[in-house]
Amino acid sequence: MRQIRPKTAHLTGRRTTMATLAGLAVLALAAAGCGNSAGPSSKPSTGAGSAHQGGVFTILANSSFGVADPAQNYTLEEWQLLIDTHDGLVGFAKVGGLPGTKIVPDLATSIPIPTNGGKTYVFHIRRGIKFSNGQTLTPSAFVTTFDRQFTVPGPTSFYSGIVGASKCSVKGCNLAKSGGVIANDSAYTLTINLTAPDPEFMDQLTLPFAYAVPPNTSLKLTGNNVPPGTGPYMWKSYNPNTEAVLVRNPYFHVWSKIAQPNGYPNEIIEKYGLQVSDEVTEVENGEAQEVFDGDQIPSDQLSTLNSPQYAGQVHVNTLTADWYMALNTQRPPFNNLQARQAINYAANRTAYVKIAGGPSLAVPACQILPPNFPSYKPYCPYTTGPQTTWSGPNLAKARALVKASGTYGDKVVVDSTNDQVGTELAEQMVSDLNSIGYKASTQLLSGSVQYPFVQNSANWSKWNVAWSAWYQDYPAPSDFLNVLLGCGSIHKNSDASPNIAAFCDPAIQKLINQAEADGSTNPAKAAALWTQIDHMDTQQAPWVDLYNPKQIDFLAKNVHGYEWNPQWYILIDQLWLSK
Amino acid sequence: MAAVAEQVTSTGLRSAAVGRNPWALAWRRLRRNRLALAALGLLLLLIVVCLAAPLYAHDVAHDGNVLGPNLNGTTIVGGKVVPVMQEGGGILKLGETPIGPTWDLHHYFLGADNIGRDVAALLLYGGRASLQIGICSALLCCIVATIVALIAGFFGGLTDAILSRLMDVIWAFPVYLLAISLATELLTHSNGIQIGFLHVSATSLWTPTVIIAFIYVPYVYRPVRGQVLSVASKEFVEAAIAQGASNFRLIFSEILPNVVSTVIVLLPLMIATTILTESALSYLSVGVQPPNVSWGTIISDGQDLLYTRPWVSLAPGIMIVLTVLALNVLGDGVRDALDPRAKLRVR
Repeated sequence: MRQIRPKTAHLTGRRTTMATLAGLAVLALAAAGCGNSAGPSSKPSTGAGSAHQGGVFTILANSSFGVADPAQNYTLEEWQLLIDTHDGLVGFAKVGGLPGTKIVPDLATSIPIPTNGGKTYVFHIRRGIKFSNGQTLTPSAFVTTFDRQFTVPGPTSFYSGIVGASKCSVKGCNLAKSGGVIANDSAYTLTINLTAPDPEFMDQLTLPFAYAVPPNTSLKLTGNNVPPGTGPYMWKSYNPNTEAVLVRNPYFHVWSKIAQPNGYPNEIIEKYGLQVSDEVTEVENGEAQEVFDGDQIPSDQLSTLNSPQYAGQVHVNTLTADWYMALNTQRPPFNNLQARQAINYAANRTAYVKIAGGPSLAVPACQILPPNFPSYKPYCPYTTGPQTTWSGPNLAKARALVKASGTYGDKVVVDSTNDQVGTELAEQMVSDLNSIGYKASTQLLSGSVQYPFVQNSANWSKWNVAWSAWYQDYPAPSDFLNVLLGCGSIHKNSDASPNIAAFCDPAIQKLINQAEADGSTNPAKAAALWTQIDHMDTQQAPWVDLYNPKQIDFLAKNVHGYEWNPQWYILIDQLWLSK
Repeated sequence: MAAVAEQVTSTGLRSAAVGRNPWALAWRRLRRNRLALAALGLLLLLIVVCLAAPLYAHDVAHDGNVLGPNLNGTTIVGGKVVPVMQEGGGILKLGETPIGPTWDLHHYFLGADNIGRDVAALLLYGGRASLQIGICSALLCCIVATIVALIAGFFGGLTDAILSRLMDVIWAFPVYLLAISLATELLTHSNGIQIGFLHVSATSLWTPTVIIAFIYVPYVYRPVRGQVLSVASKEFVEAAIAQGASNFRLIFSEILPNVVSTVIVLLPLMIATTILTESALSYLSVGVQPPNVSWGTIISDGQDLLYTRPWVSLAPGIMIVLTVLALNVLGDGVRDALDPRAKLRVR
């Protein structure tokens, strides 16, 4: 998931939390005891820690997340609310830390083992669950959900492997008829047929795109009206100019505490339109509970937050994300491997880390996969010291490579966003390029223009280096290595071509295909292959990887129960408020 | 010129004005306006100081490039070497804060910006860019607007209708919206603009100059066209026509000298406006592009540091205020000096 940065939009950083010891213990017990619980509860449950329930949790965000329809919205800002109002067949365990990366059954009673050579999944759906409008959940709901993936304009690629998906478009889709998604409402089963085995299909089903909506939901975009869901909260209102309000879903009961526990606050309100500095002030004063835009807090106020009085209110977590400069491999000078490696040797990553807010907010990076990610093994060939971590630029080697490449003196255009951080990153990159003999200049565009601009092959002739950032969709190496650098991720003349560097190495692609195939049958072998692919990509230098960012969560003094989930970051509904 | 002579005669000031060049008269009036002269002096001082930027920059530059980032650099404060970017304190050590004003002319006099550059040096370079764009775009705007107004006002009829409607179309757009749209479009052309032999790179200062000049053409065109229409119907123009003068001569020898005073009055005010517009566009990141800086870009750079390093934004803000104030006072003085009604005061 590409995240748009400071002052440009609503896609900013993901939220997190860290639990109290007691909370962790309770949740761990819940995970152990209730992970595979099946069948409806006969009574509405308040869940663990009901003594802490109550209050209004107010989040302050600089801007809203745009259109709210969950079939279209691709922002963490809305996803953090959707995980409290909706459910999918499966989901990431709603707990902090590493256990939060585990996929657990949610509206399905268990995680099925695929049959038919890995192409068919039969889910048994829980009975007795109701949507927030009182409708009973039936397997047919998922047919509508998956049909809407194609009839509502949005990212459809996650589910394009379903049988019949190729025939779907915004004009219409009938996956039931084509045999892709078959609901049996009497047996309460849902069968999904894929055209080919996909080891990441379960990961993809955890995303809010696959959350159940009532079967009679329109197949067209619902705009800012979020269809009812099955989670502990429901959408009372959403106005992108003012606020989103979530209240308790009267029909909710806990069926799996690990997948969808009950929430603590009675109401969750997300307000829009404040400057980030004002958000911080309000939270400092206890007038709101959370600063959404933690990664945009001005330098001024960061120094304020260093004060011991806020020590318990500030939480910093490393993100599984990359901030990088993509090198345009389709035109000189960076169609030359030596030129690409040269700028990787020259990039002063300490400077980029300082732009990000210093070592406490970013970690220098050389390789594609971020730390704490499956198949990650530290590797940094572009430095002076040991080749595991970055220690400093190697300008001598960089200059030698530039000369050897025959690209010395070439003009280079560095494309970035025109917000403060984007501008500063571009200026540092220009400085690094000039230091090894290129004649670099900047091209700064607004955030909403820059990302589609650099993705579209029609603009390849207009830039050489482009800033971008990527935050995991789910914890799978292919989400970086195939989505961002696979040959299949180059879509010519499209604004949605995530392989910005347009890098395609047939040998590496062969290994990617092999790793994906091995994912279902031999995960250990697949993991080793992904590590190899990561290192091979790094050697080919399609990017200058700058750093892995960290996320700041700043909460009010009366907020407790902070947990950091690696997938969803802050778990809003698991926070409780003291009086 | 003929019209001025006629007016002077009609007011019975023959003895005072005979043999005097109207420009000399205007200059004489301007010299008596001490406020306007002070404004002119301030403006000239700002221009000279900004032009001297390389002399100062030579003293403070790091790696020979004062406009480049210096995130890992050091400087000297009280005889000690200190990093330009200082790590946050406390347990969390969040953020990096640039060094504040040292009040030492040789070492970050006004402190550093977010990427470790000397704010004082940026201020001078920013002034060069802001003044260059402001003056050049105002001149360009006035020249183009005057030429179009002369053609429209003199020929009238269909020519006037077409040109005036064209100006109306430009006028119909909110100026900043039009400027932002044009800038965004031009900035996506990495090779810049190529019109015949003329090439302007996307990051050149000429890009905002041309954009700003373009958006303000109708604002100068309208009053000048009105003046042209008025002058074109005067007797001395009819006399020139009767003598068989060509259109070219009528426009440039008879009409232009009588409307140029209007343009001159407008010029300082236009410079003030264009400097403000440039600052606003640069603040919005669609004006001056890195590595160039302007007062607007420095204000933008400093907005995240308003509490701890206010001088980053305050200093360019003060420079803009001083410059625009000087230009407005000077503009008033020039208007008083050139306004025919002021002739009585000359006596």
